[in-house]
Amino acid sequence: MSNFLELSLAEMRNGLKNRTFSSREVTEFFLNRIDEKDGELKAFLSLAPEKALNKSEEADKRFAKGGDDLPALLGIPLAVKDVLAVEGMPATAGSKILEGFEPSYTSTAVSKLIDAGMIVVGKTNTDEFAMGSSTENSAYFTSRNPWDISRAPGGSSGGSAASVASQMVPIALGSDTGGSVRQPAAFCGVTGIKPTYGRVSRYGLIAYGSSLDSVGVLGRSAADVAELFKVMAGKDPLDATSLDKPVPKINLNGSTNLKGMKIGVPKEYFVEGIQAEVEEKVREAIQQFENLGAEIHEVQLPHTEYAVPVYYLIAPAEASANLARFDGVRYGLRNENDDVIEMVKESRGAGFGEEVKRRIMLGTYALSSGYYDAYYGQAQKVRTLIQNDFLEVYKKVDMIAAPVAPTTAFKIGMHTDDPLAMYLEDVYTLPANLAGVPGLAFPVGFDQDKLPVGMQLMGRHFEEEKLFHAVHAYQNSTEWHTMTPSG
Amino acid sequence: MLLTKEEVEHIAKLARLNLSDEEKERYREQLSSILEHVTRLQSLDTEDVAPLTSVLAKEMPLREDIPLEGLSLKEVMKNAPDVRANQFKVPPILDGADE
Repeated sequence: MSNFLELSLAEMRNGLKNRTFSSREVTEFFLNRIDEKDGELKAFLSLAPEKALNKSEEADKRFAKGGDDLPALLGIPLAVKDVLAVEGMPATAGSKILEGFEPSYTSTAVSKLIDAGMIVVGKTNTDEFAMGSSTENSAYFTSRNPWDISRAPGGSSGGSAASVASQMVPIALGSDTGGSVRQPAAFCGVTGIKPTYGRVSRYGLIAYGSSLDSVGVLGRSAADVAELFKVMAGKDPLDATSLDKPVPKINLNGSTNLKGMKIGVPKEYFVEGIQAEVEEKVREAIQQFENLGAEIHEVQLPHTEYAVPVYYLIAPAEASANLARFDGVRYGLRNENDDVIEMVKESRGAGFGEEVKRRIMLGTYALSSGYYDAYYGQAQKVRTLIQNDFLEVYKKVDMIAAPVAPTTAFKIGMHTDDPLAMYLEDVYTLPANLAGVPGLAFPVGFDQDKLPVGMQLMGRHFEEEKLFHAVHAYQNSTEWHTMTPSG
Repeated sequence: MLLTKEEVEHIAKLARLNLSDEEKERYREQLSSILEHVTRLQSLDTEDVAPLTSVLAKEMPLREDIPLEGLSLKEVMKNAPDVRANQFKVPPILDGADE
């Protein structure tokens, strides 16, 4: 009997194909783990165990038939962040304003994975409308970090990160608008990709900041994450911002040779405020990349200090427009009133949580008459400067190595009084969203409280393949990514 | 503080949000603090810089003007709070609204 917890996705695929075990066994196994652990971890907002088991039996019938054209990920369970539409399952975006809402279609990214045979077992917890870094802003409950349940798993894809770190599922989807895949990946010791903007369709992703949003994957290794990335990527006629770029084959073959690869280390990311052990582990990892043959160069991203103000003008501005649709008219929470405007105000006032309202207000102000040029307009211009910083550095190096967060996972409840302090902790992840470049986060060690430390590699637009190769090589020569909370 | 209570009420009205007095005061403080922080962007010279209006694509992709199938009426109405005769029922719009 195989221990499903130790199999990579490729090994799981082989075992299923060779009929060493069945999809039903695999799915049942993970559903049991969810039963055992989710009461404490609270990673899931909704589960669909019966549907999942039915799908697993369909998958087994397909395996029995055999053939050369079996879908690439047939029979493997998947968790999906509750900001992605899956037909027949709820989609709350972690908000009360969408309590009970069920979409009538499935997002393209999930559709592609379902076509590849994956089985969606449930929807994971998220900060409300993906606004937050801990799941503390979820209107339902806060998820727990499997390494220390008094701490946050990170966010906003905290439910997905916790589900993968605790192995309640082998792999999960998230979304990353300002770091929401990479930061929880780092806090939970898993691997997470934020693809290039436009690489994966946003159709069916509940929009937060449309020029920043990206569908991502969290898994136990670069190799596993790459499997799903390959399937999801590609132009989608239903998303006008998805780009017509060929999806690379990405053959990760156990290599540990990074000769010829040039990695830049930006001095602006290693300043005061970073936890000493985070810097230590990240620098050790960079040394390991050098041991594997990469050239390390010091580089500069001079506008890094402006990433927070730029993001916290652009994202709320876009959010204020995207969330205008939640008015109680066609779907979602409605608080009745004889006056239609009051009805809208009451519904939104009651249905949205505090962080969401704060960002809508900030965005509305930044876009309002008399303030547009000074705030939103200026932010858009500085955004160009931030993107240019990256393009300039990429003339010299292939990718940039950096921490993901200034600290390891923080205690739940620590930040609730000071939103600005929370925003400032996003400084290392925001730039990739502003520039549209891909970022791959992966574990590089632990601090003295045994909390995971993560780092990220950020690449040129559309060069996710190089990032996967580099992290794969690192993971073939280290063991951080194999560690689990239980041992 | 950067924002007055009246400005907060104005923003809330534009954003169609009903806020309690306590919320208004809390947001006034927090938004003022955040806006003070973002004001540092004004120190940058961006006179010759184009705004990043599109992350990567420089053109809007078009498609052939061929109608595709949409959602059925049943699907569209299934999440609606109040449905009458296959329409979304809302309070009167033209009579009484003063804004």
